[in-house]
Amino acid sequence: MLPNSPAQIELWKAFRKEISESDAARTRYMILEQSRLARTEILAMIQIAGMGHVGGDFSVIDILTTLYFAELNIDPSDAAKENRDWFILSKGHCAAAFYATLAHSGYFDPHELSTFMQPMSMLNGHPSKGKISGIETSTGPLGHGLPIAVGVAIAANIQKQDHRTFVVLGDGELQEGTNWEAAMTASQYKLSNLIVIIDRNRLQQGAGTEDTNGLDPLDGKWESFGWDVQIVDGHEPLELLDAIRRGGNEKPRCIIANTVKGKGVSFMENRAEWHHKVPSAEQNLAALKELFS
Amino acid sequence: MSNDKSAAQGFDNRIAFAETLIKLASSNPRIVAVASDSAGSSNLNAFKAAFPDRLVNVGIAEQDLVGVGAGLANAGLIPFICAASCFLTARAMEQIKVDIAYSNTPAILCGMSPGIAYGELGPTHHSIEDLAWLRVLPNITIAVPADAIETEHVVRWAAQANQPTFIRVSRHKVPLLPGTERKFRPGTAHTLAQGEDITIVALGTMVSAALEASKLLKTKGVSARVIHVTTLKPLDDDLIIKAARETGRIVTVEEASTIGGLGGAVAELLAQVHPTPMRMIGIPGIFAPTGNVDFLFERFGMTPEGIAETCLKF
Ligand SMILES: Cc1ncc(C[n+]2csc(CCOP(=O)(O)OP(=O)(O)O)c2C)c(N)n1
Repeated sequence: MLPNSPAQIELWKAFRKEISESDAARTRYMILEQSRLARTEILAMIQIAGMGHVGGDFSVIDILTTLYFAELNIDPSDAAKENRDWFILSKGHCAAAFYATLAHSGYFDPHELSTFMQPMSMLNGHPSKGKISGIETSTGPLGHGLPIAVGVAIAANIQKQDHRTFVVLGDGELQEGTNWEAAMTASQYKLSNLIVIIDRNRLQQGAGTEDTNGLDPLDGKWESFGWDVQIVDGHEPLELLDAIRRGGNEKPRCIIANTVKGKGVSFMENRAEWHHKVPSAEQNLAALKELFS
Repeated sequence: MSNDKSAAQGFDNRIAFAETLIKLASSNPRIVAVASDSAGSSNLNAFKAAFPDRLVNVGIAEQDLVGVGAGLANAGLIPFICAASCFLTARAMEQIKVDIAYSNTPAILCGMSPGIAYGELGPTHHSIEDLAWLRVLPNITIAVPADAIETEHVVRWAAQANQPTFIRVSRHKVPLLPGTERKFRPGTAHTLAQGEDITIVALGTMVSAALEASKLLKTKGVSARVIHVTTLKPLDDDLIIKAARETGRIVTVEEASTIGGLGGAVAELLAQVHPTPMRMIGIPGIFAPTGNVDFLFERFGMTPEGIAETCLKF
C-alpha cells in the first residue's frame, strides 16, 4: 500500500476550507480549475503508460473533483475512518482519473502518478483495493460497484451510522444486469443513504449506447425501479452539488449526469474511438493547448 | 496472411481467427458471431461489415451474451460467442455450465486475449483461471491453438463439430510452429522435439517458448522432449504417459494459473497411472503484480530462459 502524502493532505484541506468559505461562483471556479489540473495529469499518465481510457476519464473527472474537493466527508490521513462517506468508482477503467483525484487529495504522493501501469506499480490499470488507501473495493469488470454499495449502505443502517455511499457508474455499464438487480434491492431496503451518479456520456467502447443496447428513457427506468431521479449537467459542479445536497426522501437517489466523453479536448469529444485511443505527441500538445485556452 | 509485416515478432491469433470466420461465413449462412460491445477487441469489425445482420451485439452483458448464443445455437445457427476471456468465462460461468455444457448446446465460446495478455490492466482483466474453470465441465472441448495456422484449423473444425467448444484465442504474438499445417484432431498432441532426459508439455503461447527452451537445454547437454498440446480437453493421455515413462520428469508450461489448467490436468492423469515428478510453470496461484505481459512472462519464468532454468534445476 502506498503511504499517504501529509503535505498534499494539507493542500487538500486548505482547498476544502477555502471552498467551504466561498460563494457559488468561486466554488465553481475552484473545482473546474482543479479538474483542469487533473486533466493535464491524466494526459501525462496516459502518455507515459502508452495506454488508458482518456474519453471516460475526461467525462467523469468533473464529477470526481466535485465529490472529493467539495462534498465527501472523508479524511485522507485516516482513509478507513469510521462513518466516512464511501465512494466507489464502478467504471474502473477510468482509474487514471480516479488516481489523479486521490493523489491530489493526498491519499498518496502525486509523484507516483508517473508510475501508472508500470511494472510493480501500485497504480494498476484498474483500481485495486489494498494498493492505495481510499480505494474501497477493486473494480474493472463492469457492473460490480452498485451491489457492493448497496451492501455498504445496508451495513450503515444496521450499524446506525449516518454516512452516505456514492457510486459512479458508466452508462454503457448499465447494460450489465447486476445493476438492475442491485437497484431493486436498494429500493426494497429504502436506501436513502445511497447516491448513484451515472456518467451519461452516451458512448460505450464500440459505439453509442443507443446504437448498441439502448438505455433511454433512463430516468424512467430508475424511477420505475423505485429511485428518486435527478438530471444534471455533469460538467457543472454547482448542479451536481445541488442535486447531491437536495433533501432526500426514503428512496435511494440516482443522479443522471449528462456528460461529454473526452470533455475539454474538441477532437476527442463525443467520439467513440477515444474510448481507449492513446494521443500521439502532437495530439497531446494540441490537447494541452486547448485545456489551457 | 494480412499481418505479414509483423512476421518477425509473430502473429496475433485473433487475426487468423477473424479471417477464418469470415471465410467460413461466406459459404455457410448458419455461422453468426455474438459480441458484447466486444466487436473491436474480438477483431470482428470486418465480419460486421461483411455480414451486418449476422453479428449480434448484446451490449456489455456477458451473461446475456452466452444465453443468447445458446439460444441461437438451439435454433439452428452456429454461433461464435466472442468476448475477452476474463469476462466471458468468469461472468457467464453458470450460463456456460447450464446453457452450453449441461444442455450440450453446440455453441463455440471464443475467449479472446486470455492469460495475461492484458498485463497492465491487472488481475481483473487477466484470464488465468479460465482453463481450470472450464476443465471441470463435462461436454466442452477446450482448444488452445498455438499459432495462426492452428487457429485457422481449430476454427474450421469447430464450425462443423456440432458440439460445445471453447477456443482460447491468444493475443500475445507467437511465431508459426513446425507441423501446424497438419489436420487438427481433438485429443491429439504432438511431439515437436525428441528428447530423453525430461519432457516439457506446453500449451498455446508457451509452445514456441518451450521449443526455444529445448534448444537452450541442448547446449547444456540436456535432451528435452517438447509436447505441443492443442486440446487441454480431451488431453492426449497416451502421448503424455509415454513421455513420463520414457523421460521420468515432466515440466508443464501454460499462460494460465498453475492450478487446475494444463499442470493440473497432467498431474491428475499421471498421479493415477504413472506417478512422475513434475514442475509447473505459469502464474503460481497468485494475483499477478502490475506490469506488461513481457515483464510478467519474465517474472514467472515463462520465457525460453526461464523454462530452461526450471528444467536445469529439476
Ligand atoms: C464485465 C466487463 N465487460 C467488458 C468490459 C470491457 N469494457 C471496458 S470499458 C467498456 C465500455 C464502458 O462504457 P461506459 O460504461 O459507458 O464507460 P465510459 O463510456 O464512461 O468510458 C467495456 C465494454 C469490462 N471492463 N467489464
